Amino acid sequence: MQNAIQIHVNGQVQTCRCDATVADLLQDLEIRTERVAVELNLEILDRATFGQRQLKEGDRVEILSFIGGGSL
Amino acid sequence: MTDDRLIIAGREFKSRLWVGTGKYKDFTETKKAIEVSGADVVTVAVRRVNITDRSKENLLDYIDPKKYTILPNTAGCYTVEDAVRYSRLARAAGVSDLVKLEVLGDERTLFPDTAGLIEAAKILVKEGFIVLPYTNDDPIVAQKLVDIGCPAVMPLAAPIGSGLGIRNPYNLKIIMEMIKVPIIVDAGVGTASDAAFAMELGADAVLMNTAIAGAQDPIAMAEAMNYAVQAGRLAYKAGRIPRKLYATASSPIEGML
Repeated sequence: MQNAIQIHVNGQVQTCRCDATVADLLQDLEIRTERVAVELNLEILDRATFGQRQLKEGDRVEILSFIGGGSL
Repeated sequence: MTDDRLIIAGREFKSRLWVGTGKYKDFTETKKAIEVSGADVVTVAVRRVNITDRSKENLLDYIDPKKYTILPNTAGCYTVEDAVRYSRLARAAGVSDLVKLEVLGDERTLFPDTAGLIEAAKILVKEGFIVLPYTNDDPIVAQKLVDIGCPAVMPLAAPIGSGLGIRNPYNLKIIMEMIKVPIIVDAGVGTASDAAFAMELGADAVLMNTAIAGAQDPIAMAEAMNYAVQAGRLAYKAGRIPRKLYATASSPIEGML
């Protein structure tokens, strides 16, 4: 793939377009943006900025959501 | 009981039973158990989304955040840094500023690291979180958490998931008498009588997960816990009789042959 970059998403290597934003990534992964939190290189992103934050080679993205839990 | 509402940080709760959402067979069972329990606060954990299998359903499709107060926890966090990070992520995921703060000290007992808990609570309260700390049955630590700005304190009854019941009723009683914010007994409940006992001691609410989810019939146990918490609360408010060593006849002697 031309103009593709490699990033890490939830610990896994993922390839995406070089001009992709966080919002694009979520769309590609079919993840609804409501009720997820996204961390980009340890910075927690404001949901409103997902469309502006462009990804670059080697970025570490964490996408989290709520699951069943009491205590652990 | 309609005027007997639990109020924490200006939020009003109708049920005094709070429940976790872990360990259920599936989301349908989770949903049913929570409905039957009557709880209006449910705890959830924050974890990575499964990016390879998107067919997995979302818990919040079953537990409607408009109907329930979603209380994210920091379960599994053993450091101040992790607990703060997960709290911020929970807030960013957008349900509320509430967090059930756990900083664990040891994997075998899952006892809280109270020094770390106090430190994390300080940071999060400053950031505007409504911090509900899971703590030990230690009145001094409980008071420190209140001084920091925690609007409720959640002391354990016994180790998480142990089902041992109320191991130290005297410490819990001291906490309930000393601490002027709501006390939610969290963790260790095994069966309905444990929940009733916690409420009879004067707890403002009880939070449990395994006791319901791990029961042979979780739905039936959820119902039992619903009644137990209500019965315990009513008994507490009614005021029990003093304990006496010897009998006191309840039928009059007068009129006997």
